[in-house]
Amino acid sequence: MIEVSNLSYAAGDTRILHDVSTRIEKGGITALIGPNGAGKSTLLHCLSGLETPSAGSVRIDGIDPLAVRPEERARVVALLQQSPVLVSRLSVRDLVSFGRWPHHQGRPKAEDRDMVERALTAFSLTDLAERTIATLSGGQRQRAFIAMTWAQDTPWMLLDEPLNALDPRHARDLMARLHGLSRDGARSIVIVLHDINAAAGWADHIVAMKDGRIVAQDTSHELLTEPTLREVFDTPFELLEHRGRKVVVAR
Amino acid sequence: MAERRVLFLGLGLLMICAGFLAWQIRAPYGFILELRAAKLGALVCVGAATGAATVLFQTVAGNRLLTPGLVGFDALFVLLQTLLVVALGGVGAAQIPGGLRFLMELVALAVCSAALFGLLLRRDARDITKMILTGVILGVLLRGLAEMVQRMMDPSEFAVVQQAIFASFGNVDNGQLAVSAMVLLASLAAALRMAPALDVAGLGRETARGLGLNHDRVVMMALLLMAAMVSVSTALVGPITFLGLLTASLARRLTNTHRHAVLLPAAALIGALILVAGQFVFERLMGAQSALAVIVEFFGGLLFLALVLQKKARR
Repeated sequence: MIEVSNLSYAAGDTRILHDVSTRIEKGGITALIGPNGAGKSTLLHCLSGLETPSAGSVRIDGIDPLAVRPEERARVVALLQQSPVLVSRLSVRDLVSFGRWPHHQGRPKAEDRDMVERALTAFSLTDLAERTIATLSGGQRQRAFIAMTWAQDTPWMLLDEPLNALDPRHARDLMARLHGLSRDGARSIVIVLHDINAAAGWADHIVAMKDGRIVAQDTSHELLTEPTLREVFDTPFELLEHRGRKVVVAR
Repeated sequence: MAERRVLFLGLGLLMICAGFLAWQIRAPYGFILELRAAKLGALVCVGAATGAATVLFQTVAGNRLLTPGLVGFDALFVLLQTLLVVALGGVGAAQIPGGLRFLMELVALAVCSAALFGLLLRRDARDITKMILTGVILGVLLRGLAEMVQRMMDPSEFAVVQQAIFASFGNVDNGQLAVSAMVLLASLAAALRMAPALDVAGLGRETARGLGLNHDRVVMMALLLMAAMVSVSTALVGPITFLGLLTASLARRLTNTHRHAVLLPAAALIGALILVAGQFVFERLMGAQSALAVIVEFFGGLLFLALVLQKKARR
């Protein structure tokens, strides 16, 4: 479980998170939604231990990510950045192999190579394994970076807007893949999403944020109501049902 | 494949070194061999140090167009040489034993660069761009200071400074070589030891930290090793701004890999190969003296322009 207690974060004089407290249960997919500037990515970075909050604390499965060694933290929580740096001449297999760094520190063993192969298979990258990252399409590249995060083999995966630059088909495929991979209970995924319908379709829980605060948190079915969405996004919505799923349309 | 190319580079360097030493050698063999070996040692040290240092710098800077010269190393060297001549006079500066003068320059360059990086990294570790810009501005300041002092100098003393600051492989002191070689070998060994960490650092600060790398420590270590290598090269023969760019670009193209365990030795070997082969062609085959540095700068400068125009400042 992730426990966040009275978390505040400021960048210079600007306060981005205000006294945030929440619990994220293990298992499945939890989506962070909210308008631009709500503090979703900042909260995700604080959860990962890569940002130091100005006040409050984070515990991931009882561990303070700021108090442990970097490689130890990276064996508990993996973070996919919004815009990772592209290194030319880096093959997909090499990129995914970097996910094992916290485990081998530069001396890979058989189990590391096995995990890389499993990650390549899980994200349908086997055929692209020897291609360089620079030659891939946006969707393939995103899959490769998520496979790297997956290969890190952490109980918690934090993904910052992984659907950016993906067309609807690739976005659906990626969410379906993540949904399938999170079903075994071994991995818990916390994901920042701008697409409310992706959250409605694939997330088990939703945390809605606005102005650096958590406005609502519940199962996706319970949280996605017109009054809640109107409060979060300051705009009216229409909610429809399609094959048992909620579909959200901004009016 | 990439490893095999590094092996071929090593073999090529050995062959060209043998040719450099033995080509049209006449009696007295011992004396001529000693002269040639000293020059060869300097060429290999400078080429290897410049190549490896540039790869290190480009990795931590995250940019394939930057070279250590941009953080003001050559400018600092020129200022040190100028101040030395001002303080001791032309004759006095020339009388300092070569080994001692080299050690002084080495320590001064390493201390100044470590102080610069330490100060900037302590203030804002993540802002490599800020550090580089500060380095460029510092380079301009140091160059301006050196020029100002040079304008106030006696013409004969200015001639002494000019001789010291213009890259030349013809006036290397034998006493400097042992120290340079030891510093270079130790720095290269340390850089190779941290090669896997440098690979991760090449992914960018945020991704590398996410993977559990102590990125700031790796960057600081890489910058200190780079400072030691550039100090070796600059203090030995003077500034050669574009050799590093030429070497690092060729190493990346030839090995086609991101792995520093391959890139660092490849860049070191290519740097040495360019200088030894170039000097061999100019000195032995064409009978031209002191032309190599100018040619290397010319082609390095052309490559820089080509890279800028092709917008290949990618990772």
